[in-house]
Amino acid sequence: MLDLSPAEWTAVELSLRIALVATAWALPFGIAIGWLLARAKFWGKTVLDGLVHLPLVLPPVVTGYLLLIWFGRKGPIGGFLYDHFGVIFAFRWTGAALASGVMGFPLLVRPIRLALEAIDRRLEDAAATLGANPLLVFVTVTLPLALPGIIAGVLLCFARALGEFGATITFVSNIPGETQTISAAIYTFLQIPDGDAAAGRLVVVAIVLSLAALIAAEWLGRRASARFHGE
Amino acid sequence: MIVLALEVEKQLGALTLAVRFQIAGGVTALFGPSGAGKTSLVNMIAGLLKPDRGSIVLDDITLFDAAKAVNLPPHRRRIGYVFQEGRLFPHLSVRQNLDYGRRMSGRPRDPTEFERVASLLGIFHLLHRRPRLLSGGERQRVAIGRALLMQPRLLLLDEPLASLDAGHKGEILPYLVRLRDEAAIPMVYVSHIAAEVRQIATSVVRLDDGCVAATGGLELLADAR
Repeated sequence: MLDLSPAEWTAVELSLRIALVATAWALPFGIAIGWLLARAKFWGKTVLDGLVHLPLVLPPVVTGYLLLIWFGRKGPIGGFLYDHFGVIFAFRWTGAALASGVMGFPLLVRPIRLALEAIDRRLEDAAATLGANPLLVFVTVTLPLALPGIIAGVLLCFARALGEFGATITFVSNIPGETQTISAAIYTFLQIPDGDAAAGRLVVVAIVLSLAALIAAEWLGRRASARFHGE
Repeated sequence: MIVLALEVEKQLGALTLAVRFQIAGGVTALFGPSGAGKTSLVNMIAGLLKPDRGSIVLDDITLFDAAKAVNLPPHRRRIGYVFQEGRLFPHLSVRQNLDYGRRMSGRPRDPTEFERVASLLGIFHLLHRRPRLLSGGERQRVAIGRALLMQPRLLLLDEPLASLDAGHKGEILPYLVRLRDEAAIPMVYVSHIAAEVRQIATSVVRLDDGCVAATGGLELLADAR
C-alpha cells in the first residue's frame, strides 16, 4: 500500500506522539477551564473566555512567536520551568506538543463547557442528598454526564494538534526526528525537487488520520449518549 | 418523641415563608395548594435551600441554625429525598442507582437489606435496566428504593405521584403504605391532593401562602378535596 520511507515514518510517529501528549496534558486544564466558564461566576470571566479562544483567531505564527518569547530557555515561564524542573520546550518535541496543545485548547474547552452547561443540576442535588460530597458528585455524576462533550473535545483537540503547523514551526522550528511533524515534513518535501511523491504519501496519511479521528469522535459520542437513552 | 423540629423563615420572591412545626414518627403530610412553599420547605430540610433565619433540628442533631451559623451540607444530613421527577441517574443501571447511597457513604454491601427493599418495592426484575427504559411508576419505585437504601433518618417525598398518570398512581400508593407500616422511618409527604394524603398520612401540616394554617390529624382534610 503506502510505502513510507523511514524518515516519513518518523514524521508520522512523531506527529502522533506530539498530538497524544498535547491532548493528554490539555485535558485536565480543559475540564477545569470548561467548568469555570460553565459554572463559576467571577470577575474577568469574559477575559478568560477570550484568552482561551484567542489561538483560534490569532495568526498561528503570532501564537508561536509568543510561545517562543515566554517558553524559550530564557523566557519568563520557560526559564522557570528549566531552572526548577529541567523542562525544555525550545526546539524540542515537547515544545511542539505545547504549541499543538495551545492551538487545540479552544476546540477542547468548548464542547466540554457546553456539555457541563447542559447537565441537569438537579441530578447533582440528588447525589448530594444521597451522601456524596462535592468531589464525589463531580466524579460520579457531573463527569460521566459530560462524557460525550469531553470525548468530542478530546478528538477535536487531537485532530487539531495532529495538523498544527504555523505555531509549531515558529516556536520549535522544523528539525527532522525532533520537531518535524507530518505537516512540517510535507512543507519541507514541497521545497525540494522530486519531493512531490513523498509529500503525496504524507498527504494521504494526514487525510486518513484526520478522517479516522473525526469518525471516532462521531462514533464514541454516539455511544456515550446512547448510554443515557437505553442500553 | 419529636423527630423533626423546624422553625424557618425565607423570602422567596413575592412569597414570605415563615413556618414553625414539629413532627413525631409516622407519615406527616405537608398539605397545601401549589405555591404554598411546600417544595421549598422540604428543600430546606434536605439542605438544598438555605433559610434566611431559624433552625432545623433532626433527632437532636442541629442541621441548621442561623444564629449559631450551623448549616450541615446535604451530603452529611442523611435525609432520603424522593423527588417529584425521580431524578434517577441516567448513566447508571437501576442496581447502581439503588447502590449509590451505600457506595458514597462507604458502607459495606448488605445483600439482605438490598433484597428486602427491592422486593418490598417490586423492582427485582428491573435491576439491569437503564432508567430511560422504565415506566413512570417503576422509576418512582426505584427512586423510593434508592432513598431507603441510604438508611435515612428521615424520608422526604415531594409529590412522588405528581408525574404519574392515574393508573400508575394506584400502582405506587400501596407500596408507600407498606413502607409506612413496615419501615420505622419517619416520613414527610408533600402533596396537594387530599385523597392521596388520606391514604398515607398519619398527621397533617396544612400550609397556606407560606404559613402553617393548621396542624393535626386527618380531620384537617375534612373540607378539602
